[in-house]
Amino acid sequence: MSVLDSKIPAGSLDRKWSDYKNKIRLVNPANKRSIDVIVVGTGLAGGSASAALAELGYSVKAFCFQDSPRRAHSIAAQGGINAAKNYQGDGDSTFRLFYDTIKGGDYRSREANVYRLAEVSANIIDQCVAQGVPFARDYGGLLDNRSFGGVQVSRTFYAKGQTGQQLLLGAYSAMSRQIGKGKIKMHTRHEMLDLVIVDGKARGIIARNLVTGEIERHSAHAVVIASGGYGNVFFLSTNAMGSNVTAAWRIHKKGAHFANPCFTQIHPTCIPVSGDHQSKLTLMSESLRNDGRIWVPKHMEDAEKIRTGKMKPTDLTEENRDYYLERRYPSFGNLVPRDVASRAAKERCDAGFGVNATGEAVYLDFASAIMRYGKEQANIQHLENPTESDIYKLGRDVVEAKYGNLFQMYYKITDDNPYETPMKIYPAVHYTMGGIWVDYNLMSAIQGCYVTGEANFSDHGANRLGASALMQGLADGYFVLPYTIGDYLADDIRTGTISIDSPEFIEAENQVRSQLEKLLNIQGTKSVDYFHKRLGKVMWDKVGMARNTQGLNEAIAEIQEIRNEFYQNVRVTGKMNEFNPELEKASRVADFLELGELMAIDALNRAESCGGHFREESQTEEGEALRDDDNYAYVAAWEYSGDVTKPNLHKEDLVYENIKLVQRSYK
Amino acid sequence: MKLTLKIWRQKGPNDKGQMVTYPIDNIDGDMSFLEMMDVLNNQLIESGDDPIAFDHDCREGICGMCSLYINGEAHGPDRGVTTCQLHMRKFSDGETIYIEPWRAKAFPVIKDLVVDRSSFDRIMASGGFVSVNTSGNTVDANAIPVPKADADNAFEAATCIGCGACVASCKNASAMLFVSAKVSQLALLPQGQVEAADRVLNMVKTMDEEGFGNCTNTGACEVECPKGISLENIARMNREYMSAMVK
Ligand SMILES: Cc1cc2nc3c(=O)[nH]c(=O)nc-3n(C[C@H](O)[C@H](O)[C@H](O)COP(=O)(O)OP(=O)(O)OC[C@H]3O[C@@H](n4cnc5c(N)ncnc54)[C@H](O)[C@@H]3O)c2cc1C
Ligand code: SF4
Ligand code: FES
Repeated sequence: MSVLDSKIPAGSLDRKWSDYKNKIRLVNPANKRSIDVIVVGTGLAGGSASAALAELGYSVKAFCFQDSPRRAHSIAAQGGINAAKNYQGDGDSTFRLFYDTIKGGDYRSREANVYRLAEVSANIIDQCVAQGVPFARDYGGLLDNRSFGGVQVSRTFYAKGQTGQQLLLGAYSAMSRQIGKGKIKMHTRHEMLDLVIVDGKARGIIARNLVTGEIERHSAHAVVIASGGYGNVFFLSTNAMGSNVTAAWRIHKKGAHFANPCFTQIHPTCIPVSGDHQSKLTLMSESLRNDGRIWVPKHMEDAEKIRTGKMKPTDLTEENRDYYLERRYPSFGNLVPRDVASRAAKERCDAGFGVNATGEAVYLDFASAIMRYGKEQANIQHLENPTESDIYKLGRDVVEAKYGNLFQMYYKITDDNPYETPMKIYPAVHYTMGGIWVDYNLMSAIQGCYVTGEANFSDHGANRLGASALMQGLADGYFVLPYTIGDYLADDIRTGTISIDSPEFIEAENQVRSQLEKLLNIQGTKSVDYFHKRLGKVMWDKVGMARNTQGLNEAIAEIQEIRNEFYQNVRVTGKMNEFNPELEKASRVADFLELGELMAIDALNRAESCGGHFREESQTEEGEALRDDDNYAYVAAWEYSGDVTKPNLHKEDLVYENIKLVQRSYK
Repeated sequence: MKLTLKIWRQKGPNDKGQMVTYPIDNIDGDMSFLEMMDVLNNQLIESGDDPIAFDHDCREGICGMCSLYINGEAHGPDRGVTTCQLHMRKFSDGETIYIEPWRAKAFPVIKDLVVDRSSFDRIMASGGFVSVNTSGNTVDANAIPVPKADADNAFEAATCIGCGACVASCKNASAMLFVSAKVSQLALLPQGQVEAADRVLNMVKTMDEEGFGNCTNTGACEVECPKGISLENIARMNREYMSAMVK
């Protein structure tokens, strides 16, 4: 029997959550006060959970490594958040959002979880508006929507290109209110380095105060991990520099299963790498694909001329351009899902049609959108015989109103003006669908240890649709966890404060201390970044957009080698008891060096292609991902065995009762 | 590019601190300012020295974590960008660059270029919110239409990233631009109006207690603000404050 019990409630799909909620045990308000909950992370997932739990009356202890909860990486999300509101009357519904998400994820997520997500999505928008989140509105004062990839309705709510910022500031303000009331004790510049388990239950964490370097013990009746994704294992990604897997990895090593670690999302529209000094990559929001058209030159000679600077993209006439997404996928065109768009870009660049010096870039062009909007505006304003340049100006204003900050960001980084010449873009690591395995209650395999947001594996299968991560983070934190955790905590009303002096806390603290001392004592010759970059290169080349048996086996061997070298030759400057960013990095990279191997092992195990996981051995004649439902319609949940090179695999079969599994098509 | 860097080094909050000179070579115009700092730090580490501590995270101008006072300007010479978005093409070969932390009583130095901005969080906790609980049955999001102009202005104010450049560039170290951005955002929206009077009074009171200076309308903050937060917000906050006082 599998050790994985997903605890999905019985009953029809559309009744599961409401019936379950009605039966769940509650904790009365007086008892909540004496129950502590630790929440690690203040992004959308952790921030919303902390606020909601504190409002309910629990005593919350929240942690983040930045200097303020408002700076969690969710702040960087640009494009928008989905919700099945059907404000546009274009046929959207809970079922359709559910269906699109399962299909977009290439049939590798749980029906019940995804349906619940779609169900609560509308509440999120109501809640955020009530908090004062300034979403974009139309001239009638009502909320505006846009479209994202992989769907044919407009269900994405947005605030220019700063949706994540506005949603996070909403959650942060809700947190601030509870911090002011003393219901949340906020620990900024703190990093969780281990989970403490007492009598089989998660009862606290060990954290390092990043300002003083002190190692601290914190106890609670339950621990929520909302620490975000692990894309930085690739070194270069669109994640913030500090994003890391440490919290998730440490609970994995204490018994939580890591599910589908190889499911990573490579986002099609990012600013290409410009040189070796590069420290991170910048996303250009998917919302740009609403209006931008993606192309490369049709002829190799033109591509060569462009690469060597002998020709400009604007010199090429329409017939000499290959709008390859529109060509290959007429019904979704530029709005195919991310995995499909990324692979198509790689295919064109590998074939020699790339448009920058490295050959790894394609164009994202707004010229036709500018003219289209310009004409529309000229009509609205009743201009008679407007000139081309009038139209251009009007259209440019519309594009600026929609995407101004993204265009400015692009300009500042590349020194190219995207209003005049097409943007150059290339895929980059962006999001991780894999994460800690959780049941329907969002509890990991460790009792009382919950995992929410990007850190868990639950809702996006093998490929996440745009604008769905923000939705999931807030759904988990505002509307799911506050219910499900109550059911668990109902047993703890008489437990009283958990002591931090038990042997379990002392032991965990000692372990953390000795791991950090070990890193400091190596005193080798190479910086932490040196190893991180090497790991990233192996991951990108062999565990990236296309994977095969040979490459994955090589990757495993190479990662082990880098890891060995790291422990012999890394130089971590400074001391333990001080503000020491190098030590922080070293301990994160140590975990990435183990996770990288697990990702390769998982990718090797999954001999099918699905969503963002593309095994070259498994493709259709047209080069699309070919699933193998007979053998791989399962969640691969890896258990730590005591030896990182030999994890144990547990399978949770994915059962589809409401959706028929078919080959995904966006043609 | 070859550059001379003069950087503030300070071991801890109680250390006196001083400017230290570092020559650096092979800097490419496409590098960001922080990538240039990474190069320097790697050199320091590999030669056995202590790297320079500076705050940063998103490196795309949105988290508000990076700071740095560069050649006498918060976030450096470019306009409308944060330090992490500043590129080396804005400097020229042979130049000397002075790099210092934000300096303000309410932002004590933690180490080198890193300062403590938690005073901003305390101002927010004193009123920077709408008192609504999470319930799942608040009114429908479209039940209260908001005039587009108000929504757009609220959004503009809400784009403040809480970086503190306004404080660092003000000779009085005033936090008026930061505080007024939040006060304005919520005052412009129907959802925020109920508590408007208490909010402005509480936030201003906390701001004063935290040791920020007074606003004397020099406008330096607006010039250096990477997000273009406008002085109109300060004017709006002053109006809100006056009307709250007479209530
Ligand atoms: C550039 C970019 C744009 C995006 N745009 C969109 C979009 O338009 N729509 C969409 O739906 N999704 C988008 N995404 C994805 C989405 O933003 C993220 O998946 C989501 O915000 C993750 O939220 P989270 O709360 O799970 O984690 P995060 O926001 O990453 O928060 C993690 C938190 O955990 C804390 N933390 C981590 N480790 C520790 C530790 N060991 N100890 C203490 N604290 C710790 C951090 O301090 C932080 O507070 C985008 C992602 C990127 C990178
Ligand atoms: S007002 Fe501008 S300068 Fe001040 S904190 Fe906000 S974004 Fe930074
Ligand atoms: S590092 Fe986030 S704004 Fe500069």
